[in-house]
Amino acid sequence: MKNTIKQVFHSGKFVVGFVIFITILLTCIIYPLFVKDDPLAMLGQGNFFKPGTYVSQEEVALEKSYTLKLPREFSKLEMVLDMDTRSQIQQFLIKYAEIPEADIDVTNAEGLVQLWKANYDPDVKYSGMTSAKRKSFRRLNNEIIAAQRDTGVIIAEEGEDGLEKSKTIKDTDFVNTKDVQTRTFILGTDNFGRDVLTELVAATKSSLKIGLIAGLVATAIGLVLGLLAGYMGGIVDNLITFVTNLFTVIPSFVILILISYSVGDKARGIMVVAVIIGITSWPWTTRSVRSQVISLRNRDHVNLSKLSGHSMFRIIFTDILPYIASYVVMAMILQISSGILAEAQLSMIGLGPATTTTATLGLMMQWAMTYSAHLNGSWWAYFPVVVIIALISFSLNLMNTGLDQVFNPQLRD
Amino acid sequence: MAQDQNSKQNLTEKKPCLSGRGVTKVFGIGKQAMTAVDHVDFDFNEGEIISIVGESGSGKTTLSKMLLGLISVTEGTIEYQGKPRDISSAAKKKEYWKNIQPIFQDPFSSYNIFYKIDAVLDDCLRMRGKGNASEEEKIALKTEACSFVNLKYAELTNKYPFELSGGQMQRLMIARIFLLKPKILMADEPTSMIDACSRATILDMLLKLRDEINMTVIFITHDIGLAYYISDKVYIMEHGKFVESGTAEECIIHPKSPYTKRLISDVPKIYEKWDLDTVVNE
Repeated sequence: MKNTIKQVFHSGKFVVGFVIFITILLTCIIYPLFVKDDPLAMLGQGNFFKPGTYVSQEEVALEKSYTLKLPREFSKLEMVLDMDTRSQIQQFLIKYAEIPEADIDVTNAEGLVQLWKANYDPDVKYSGMTSAKRKSFRRLNNEIIAAQRDTGVIIAEEGEDGLEKSKTIKDTDFVNTKDVQTRTFILGTDNFGRDVLTELVAATKSSLKIGLIAGLVATAIGLVLGLLAGYMGGIVDNLITFVTNLFTVIPSFVILILISYSVGDKARGIMVVAVIIGITSWPWTTRSVRSQVISLRNRDHVNLSKLSGHSMFRIIFTDILPYIASYVVMAMILQISSGILAEAQLSMIGLGPATTTTATLGLMMQWAMTYSAHLNGSWWAYFPVVVIIALISFSLNLMNTGLDQVFNPQLRD
Repeated sequence: MAQDQNSKQNLTEKKPCLSGRGVTKVFGIGKQAMTAVDHVDFDFNEGEIISIVGESGSGKTTLSKMLLGLISVTEGTIEYQGKPRDISSAAKKKEYWKNIQPIFQDPFSSYNIFYKIDAVLDDCLRMRGKGNASEEEKIALKTEACSFVNLKYAELTNKYPFELSGGQMQRLMIARIFLLKPKILMADEPTSMIDACSRATILDMLLKLRDEINMTVIFITHDIGLAYYISDKVYIMEHGKFVESGTAEECIIHPKSPYTKRLISDVPKIYEKWDLDTVVNE
């Protein structure tokens, strides 16, 4: 037993899968200890806020400010006067103010603006200019005036005689982020204004729970039926094989949809969905366990156990089950992974767990799709969900392959 | 050796222990039906060593499994101690299995590798009704059985089966029989997976055991030389049928059936050139 575990952890594939899975699992456990928000609390008023840090505008306006000297590239005037605008001003000055080209220094913003102010009059209708050009010059003039005004934004408060100016915010005024309230949404918010990251962690947790329960239920049913069919043979075997074949032939997803639909919206909690997924995905386990048991049933040690007068159940539990245990564990890992996928599929078509009480990975995808996150470019609402589903399946399958290599020496490389 | 046993056997009255009339086993149905054992009759007497000899696929193991009651008989009857054998219920099977026990061909697959060796021996004590005996008594019985086959119980008690060699495993199987003391021992090629030196020891132990508890040994083998040395009676089996039967002397020294002659000629002899052509020509 000890050696087997050691061997398992020497398999590279298993270790990688295990690390990914444990990371996801630990995140699900540890994250809620630090972020105690309700994952379904609607924080944002509106759809799909971008990922980033959000600052209270009011506090920023009222907070004591620090004056910082900005580098030139950040001055407003420089920003207005880009190269294109400068050449336009130069052409205007040459054509309408008849200033020689040598007197115009395009690189000196202040001088250029002085010349412009001296020569341009917005009320004059310059001839030989399209109206669009005339309008654009007027707009440019306004921009230059705005950029030169150093009064900035005026904050007014309501006083006795109407509004009274209380504070002016200049372009050099800055506020320390520690002094104001901020809220970081690493993955933005979803269509209901919920924090996607918090919701994602809660959803992963409930999806893992669904996968685990579904896997356990499916494996339990599959194991019991497979053992009985394989060991007893005869009429019991025929009956169980018949039912198993029936379930295999009918696509289990169709049965899943029908059962989920007939259970009804109100009864569908996480548990119910997990059990429904479990009781529709056992046939595969039954078939493989049965074939394993049939090959074990005629081994000498089983015969010897029979001849020692042991009962059927004891033989199954002590002489057959230990031999297929590793196989059953591997089958269960695959069932967990397919359980998570089945939940995502069910939720996508609106038959997942009740939508108001919990989040699951499938439900998050469904909400993102219904509010067309994929059409308006809100990738943060669905892409992380897809990545998590892929990572869980990937890690579980990797662990399974690793285990397979340990237990089946023929596959070792 | 064979003659010695025969003369000893003649002194005591022969009581039938296990006999069969028209015993048949067919696997599959319809076109795929395959007759493994085809209407065989036999009488195995108490205290005898009976060899069933045949090549691979002749139905020896199928017959042994039917005699053990592990698989059902398609046709015919098997009688145990003069009465038809009744293994219709689990309780009756249990009762029957107290009287007949096997040693299998492959010692490596005869053990459940997840349990320690003690478990096998404890099962035997339980079958003999000593399940509730005191710990000291149990250990004394187990030690006695192990020393019968030259094993030290104290060294084995905490070991798993895969920690033993093939010979040790097979000896432990004999210790199991020693504890159970059945009326019939079904030895299905017990030495074919063992090297020649251990083989002699194991055969010697089987014979010693037979003398000690006067059990019937049904010895299944493909080695006709071995059969000659140890058996009182030999049955030669070909394609599910007994082609020849009788004492070891009759069957092997003066064989009548061509199949028996072929089997004998296939045995390699140390001081003679082994003519491999006979295998093809006959």
